[in-house]
Amino acid sequence: MPIDAVNDFVIRFANVNGSGSASANLLFARSILRMGVPIAPRNIFPSNIQGLPTWYEVRVSEAGFLGARGGADIMVAMNPQTFAQDLASIEPGGYLFYDSTRPIAQLLTRDDIEVLGMPLTEICAAEYSDPRQRQLYKNIVYVGALAALLDIELSAIEALIGERFKGKDKLIAANLRALNIGHDDAKSRFQCPLGVRVRRSEAVGDRILAEGNFAAGLGAVYGGATVCAWYPITPSTSLAEAFESNCARYRVDPTTKKKNYAIVQAEDEIAAIGVAVGAGWNGARAFTTTSGPGISLMQEFFGLSYFAEIPVVVFDVQRGGPSTGMPTRTQQSDLLAAAFASHGDTKHVLLIPDGPGETFEFAASAFDFAERLQTLVFVMLDLDIGMNSHLTAPFRWDDTRAYDRGKVLNGQELETVRDFGRYNDGDGDGIPYRTLPGAHPTLGAYFTRGTSRDRFARYTEEASPYVDNMERLLRKFETARGLLPRPVLKPAAKRTGVGVLHYGSTAPAMDEAQALLARDGLRVDTLRIRAFPLAPEVAEFVRDHERVFVVEQNRDAQMRTLLTTDLGIAPAQLTSILHFSGMPITARFIVQEIASRLRRPASAQTLERVS
Amino acid sequence: MTYLGKPKFHHPSIAVNELGFTRRDYEGSMSTLCAGCGHDAISAAIIHACFELSLPPHRIAKLSGIGCSSKTPTYMLGQSHGFNSVHGRMPSVLTGANLANRDLIYLGVSGDGDTASIGLGQFAHSMRRGVNMVYIVENNGVYGLTKGQFSATADRGSKSKKGSDAPDQPIDLVGMAIGLGAGFVARSFSGDKAQLVPLIKGAFEHKGAAFIDVISPCVTFNNHVGSTKSFDYVREHNIAVNALDVITGREPIEVDYSEGGSQPVTMHDGSTIVLRKLGADHNCRDRSQALATLERARIAGEIATGLIYIDDEANELHEVLGTIDRPLNELSELELCPGSKALEAINASLR
Repeated sequence: MPIDAVNDFVIRFANVNGSGSASANLLFARSILRMGVPIAPRNIFPSNIQGLPTWYEVRVSEAGFLGARGGADIMVAMNPQTFAQDLASIEPGGYLFYDSTRPIAQLLTRDDIEVLGMPLTEICAAEYSDPRQRQLYKNIVYVGALAALLDIELSAIEALIGERFKGKDKLIAANLRALNIGHDDAKSRFQCPLGVRVRRSEAVGDRILAEGNFAAGLGAVYGGATVCAWYPITPSTSLAEAFESNCARYRVDPTTKKKNYAIVQAEDEIAAIGVAVGAGWNGARAFTTTSGPGISLMQEFFGLSYFAEIPVVVFDVQRGGPSTGMPTRTQQSDLLAAAFASHGDTKHVLLIPDGPGETFEFAASAFDFAERLQTLVFVMLDLDIGMNSHLTAPFRWDDTRAYDRGKVLNGQELETVRDFGRYNDGDGDGIPYRTLPGAHPTLGAYFTRGTSRDRFARYTEEASPYVDNMERLLRKFETARGLLPRPVLKPAAKRTGVGVLHYGSTAPAMDEAQALLARDGLRVDTLRIRAFPLAPEVAEFVRDHERVFVVEQNRDAQMRTLLTTDLGIAPAQLTSILHFSGMPITARFIVQEIASRLRRPASAQTLERVS
Repeated sequence: MTYLGKPKFHHPSIAVNELGFTRRDYEGSMSTLCAGCGHDAISAAIIHACFELSLPPHRIAKLSGIGCSSKTPTYMLGQSHGFNSVHGRMPSVLTGANLANRDLIYLGVSGDGDTASIGLGQFAHSMRRGVNMVYIVENNGVYGLTKGQFSATADRGSKSKKGSDAPDQPIDLVGMAIGLGAGFVARSFSGDKAQLVPLIKGAFEHKGAAFIDVISPCVTFNNHVGSTKSFDYVREHNIAVNALDVITGREPIEVDYSEGGSQPVTMHDGSTIVLRKLGADHNCRDRSQALATLERARIAGEIATGLIYIDDEANELHEVLGTIDRPLNELSELELCPGSKALEAINASLR
C-alpha cells in the first residue's frame, strides 16, 4: 500500500557534493514553509568539497515534531554511487523518484515501493547546451517535478526565486522556466499528486528558520562582544562568519567606516583562546569558537581563565570525537572535556541550548555570566544545532536590557575603596572585584598570574592562601549555580513515576518521543537541563521519580557522570539511553529504548548498556 | 614566600621627570633572580627608559609568558597592571589586550625558551600582524628554571655547563622578526646599558611591532668558557652597527648631528631618533641590507648589535583592522547592540 500522508512525511535527496543541489533543496524546503507547514531540514554531508555523496532531508510535520525521524517516505535519488543504499532506506509503501535517462538494474530489489522515473538528464540535454547549466537547472527541474507530485503551490516557489534573485531578471526567468519544465513533465508523466503531499496550513505562525551558528554569531553581536579570535574548524566556522557578517552590517560607523569590533583569524586554536583571554583581561567582551579538537588544544588557557579569573566565552560546536573523529557528524561528547577542562581542580560553567532560538539568548547572556562570574563560560552547541536550519520562535531583544559588566572598580570607585585586594571575597559570593589596566594612576594595579597568590594578588607558594583561594573558587561555583538558566519541565498528562532527563539537540526528538510514548500508554515527565553546574531542580526531579532515564548523544554517559559528581546522585538511580552514531538522535530510537525497558522488570536491566 | 616589597623612601634630591615621578616610581618588587643575572640589568634599563620618556606607569600593561625572563615584570613598573600568562603564549594574550584597549602602552617580556621554542609560532604571528608593542626577549640560550637545558637560540657547538655541545642550528629571532615584517628590530646586550636604554626608548616611540633581542647571560647555567652567551664571549664578539639617541618631541633638539653618518628618523608621535653610524656598512632602513649585516656578522663569528632594521611607515594591527579610535572596552550597549527593530528585520528575512 502506498503511504498516504498529508503534511507528515520525510523526503530525502541523495546528491553529489558540489553539484549545486543545496540551493535547490533549500528552495524546495522553504516553499513548504511558505505554505504554513512546519519543516525540519537536515544536511548529511561528507568532509569533502566536491564529489562525495551528500544527503539533504526534509521532515514535514504539521504536528510540529521537528527532530530527525529516520527512514524516508520519498527518496530523490540523484547519486548513482549511493543508489542501492538509498533504495534500501525507503519506508515500505514509500516512493522513489530518480533520473531514468539510463536503466538501473537495482530497481528490481524492491517491490513494496512506488517508482517514479523521469529522464532528467535527457530533458536538460535537450533544453540546455552548456554543461554547467544542464547540471544546475537539473536541480530546479526536479524541484518543479516534486511540486507537482507533492501538490506544492508553484506560486510559493516562484516568490522565493523572485526574492533570491531580486534585480537579476534573466536569472529569475531562467529558473522559472526550469521549474515549469519539471512541473509540466511530471503532470504529464505521473498521477499527481501522490498519497504523500502538502496542504496549506497555519501551523508555522511567526516562527523563523535559522541555523544555530547564525543565531550564536548574532547573539554575540547583541551581547556586546567586541573581540573574536578563532581558527577555522568544522562545524564551528560558520559561527565566526555569522559574527563577522552581522558586525559588518550593524557595527560599522556609517560616516567614518570604522569598526567597533575586532576579529582575528588566529594561527591556531591556542592563539585564538589566548587573544580572547587577553581581551577579557583588559575589559572587552571576547570569545572564541571551536569544536572538539580545539577544546583539546585550549585546555591550558581554560585553566588560566579559571584560576586567574578572566571572563571569556567559548562556543563549542560539538562533532563526533575523539581525535579528528567525524568532523561532519553530530555528538554531545565534549561535555566532560569542557566541564572539567584543564589540569588541576577546575569546574566550568556550561550553557546548553536546545536550538537556535535559545542559542541566540544564551550567546548574548554568556557574556553577562562570564563578566559577572569572572570566568570562562562554554556555550555547548553541536553540529545538528549549529549547521542545520531549525524552525524556532523569532529572536527577541528587550531594548531596556543592560549588559552586566560584573564587579569592575573604575578610577573613582578605587578612591573610595580601602585596601583593594584583587582576590578578596568582600561580598561572600566568591566573586572578587577587579580593575582594568589604566584605571587609576596610583590605585588598583595588580599582577595577574596563573601561579598561586594571596588575596592581594601577591605571588605565594604558602599552603593556606592557596587553599583559601581554591575554596573561594568553589563558593563562586555555587554562586553560578544560582544564576544560570533553570531546567525546563514538561510533565506528562497525568502523574507518573518515570522521568527523563535530556539536554541540547535531543530536545525535539525527546518531545516527540514523549508524545509517542503517551500514545502507547507510557507516561513520562521530562526535564531538559540547560546549564552546568546543575540546578537544584534537577536533584528534586530525580528524587521525585522512581525511574529516571538520561538520554544523551555520546557513548560514555557524560551527563550521567555530571549528575553523579555534581549532585551526588547514586549512579544506580539513572538509566542511560545513549545514541552516538553521529546522526541526530530520533524519537523512534528513544521510544524503542525506553519502552522496552519499561515493559521489563528493572531488576533484569541493572548491568545493561545501550548504544 | 617569594614576594618581597621594596622600601619606597628615596634621597630628597633624586631627579624627577616631567610627570613628577622619580626613577623609583618605576620600580617593582625585589627581584628573586640569581645575583648578577643579566635579566635584572634589562629590568633596570626598562625602568630607566620609561622614566626618561616620562611614560605614565599606569598606562603601561606588562605581559609575559613563563620562565626566568617572564618573572621580571614583577620587578619593574609596580603601578602597572601585569599579566604573567602561560608558556610561549604571551604574544596572543598581548594581542587580545591590545585589541581591547588601543590607548595603552604594551610591553611584552619573554625569553628564548618562551619565544624561540614553545612560542615561536605566536612570536611570528604577532610580528606579522604588527601588534603595537615593545617585545623584549631576554636571551640567555638556556632554560634556567629547569636547570640548564639548551634553548633554540643556543649556537651550534656552544658548550653546556655539563660539557655537551648544542647540536642544532640556532634560531635568529632578529632575522625572523625582520623577515616577518616587524617595523623596529634591534639586538643588544644586557651588559651595555648605554646602548640598551636608547633602544628601548626608541622601541616605545615606534608605532607597531618593535622587537629587541637582548643577549642576557645566565650567570648560573651559561656563563662558562665554551658558551657563546657568556659575559666574556659577548663582550669580545659584540659589534655595534650604530648608536641611537632618542629625542622626544617635548625636548628641544640641541645636539648637532650634521657630522658624517648620522641619520635622523621622525617617529609617528613627532619625536625623533637619531642614529649615529659606527664602523659597519649598515643601512637599517633597507631590509635586504639589514639581513646582509646579520649574515656577515654570523659568518665572521660576531654578534651585530644596535638598531638592525626600522620601517617607521609600517601599519599597526588596529589600522589594518580599521577599528574605531576609542578603546573597544569602553563601548556600551548603546554602541554595540543593534536593538529590537533590527532584529525584527532579521526575523523577517528568515521566514
